[in-house]
Amino acid sequence: MAAPHQPPAFGPLALIAVIIGAGAAAFAYTAGWFSPQRLTPGKLVAAFAPPTGVALGHRRNHAKGICFTGVFEANGVGSELSQAPVLARGEYPVLGRFNLGTADPNAPDATVRVRGLGIRISAPDGQEWRSAMINAPVFPVSTPEAFYELLRASKDPNAMAAFAAAHPEFAAFGDWAKNGPWTASYAEERFNSLNSFVFVDASGAEHAVRWSLLPAARPVAVSPDELAKNGPDFLEQEIARRVAGAPQRWTLVVTVANAGDPTADPTKPWPADRRTIEVGTLAAQQVQLEPDGPCRDINFDPAVLPSGMRTSDDPFPAARSAAYAKSYDLRTAEAKDYPRTTTGAKP
Amino acid sequence: MIGSHRRFTPLQRLLHWLMAACILAMLFIGVGMVSTVMPKYLTLVSIHKPLGIAILTLALIRLALRLRYGAPPLPADLPEPMKLAAQVSHYAFYALMISMPLIGWGMLSAAAYPVVLFEGWHLPAILPQSDSLHTLLWDAHFYLAFAFFALTLLHVAAALFHALVRRDGVFETMAPAVTYGEVAPAKEGRHAV
Repeated sequence: MAAPHQPPAFGPLALIAVIIGAGAAAFAYTAGWFSPQRLTPGKLVAAFAPPTGVALGHRRNHAKGICFTGVFEANGVGSELSQAPVLARGEYPVLGRFNLGTADPNAPDATVRVRGLGIRISAPDGQEWRSAMINAPVFPVSTPEAFYELLRASKDPNAMAAFAAAHPEFAAFGDWAKNGPWTASYAEERFNSLNSFVFVDASGAEHAVRWSLLPAARPVAVSPDELAKNGPDFLEQEIARRVAGAPQRWTLVVTVANAGDPTADPTKPWPADRRTIEVGTLAAQQVQLEPDGPCRDINFDPAVLPSGMRTSDDPFPAARSAAYAKSYDLRTAEAKDYPRTTTGAKP
Repeated sequence: MIGSHRRFTPLQRLLHWLMAACILAMLFIGVGMVSTVMPKYLTLVSIHKPLGIAILTLALIRLALRLRYGAPPLPADLPEPMKLAAQVSHYAFYALMISMPLIGWGMLSAAAYPVVLFEGWHLPAILPQSDSLHTLLWDAHFYLAFAFFALTLLHVAAALFHALVRRDGVFETMAPAVTYGEVAPAKEGRHAV
């Protein structure tokens, strides 16, 4: 052993400094501090902000919504595709949210093209299936990076034309946005997962799937001009009235991909002849306003899946999960800016 | 208690190095996952949660071993400020190793996320749903993670300082194996923590 009282040698001290510096640098690199171009959840979420500024306390997108509770009645047929407990024959409680694809919680209902539905289906053992679907038949872009570009371009009409030219895959969504039918009720909308997922059956076999909720109510096409004559919250008022009259139902239909179908690209619909399976019925039984409603502080994170389901090579569920979590962290920290209306309301 | 032996017990050393790997991985996974929207986000999150619970479990075992077997004494000639730094930093390590997983678990509970460790296998909520609790715990988890990493760097620097500069045998008390000549035991040192 060396004598402990020699003056410290420069070499060992320099070595220590290099090791510590390298460790700190590796950490900073992992955190993205040297990668300003990295698409972080924070950047993606910030890109939703309207020019007027974010609505504090609200979701950063799909900011306007109304809660519902109900039940999912699984017919058991889905068990041949997935061993998820919520697909076994039975009834499972549902918490959901009808919403509009806008960053403005006060947007007039008739001005928002994309309508959405978030659900959380709970199994008795505590496993959950969360999903957030929209009424568009295809997603506008193929990758999270392109989605970020779209968000930035959408703030500027000139940039939008250039974006559409550079992203031909946007055309199908653009066509739907322009020419697709509108309805006067959430209850008449079909909601689509658009993203693909993998169902795993009891034998371990995997099936690439997408799913949709098909409305029991007959959709009645209404022109946007006609809708604009309604009050700003007509969709919320209509669904509350409608559900108070009778539960509103959707059939959950799972579409199974054939080998080679594009599972990683939500702009590409699968051919219409693909096998579809009706796995159950969603019934919305009660509607609650969001400020005091049970969906308010729930993140309808599409990556929250029960056993028997997992994400596929579609990059969006991961990006959505990351962004939704960021939005959730921000808005729950701003709860005072979105006050509950009832004193003592449960969070 | 004061350990009379010169080195930590083999089980303590094994746990130390196993946890060192786990904690370093955990800190890098944590800071990496919150900075990406790529598919690896989900992979990293799915490792972060069970690894955190593993660290919590190992930390509790380690605390029990520490209370049972103690630690070898620090060299008698170690300056008081360094002894104090050693003691305080080790209390901080135990506090962080145990609290960080609990804070993360509580944070997810307060947000009503299922705390899935493995497919189909989840932990119960340890807190009621609450936006204010979630925010408090999120902030704590975030800032303590950076403190944890800073403490880890400090710990590595100190260990290397003992090993390369002072060469006083402190590093050897936790070294995975004896590397060179046995060190002289400190005669009346305070115990390391």
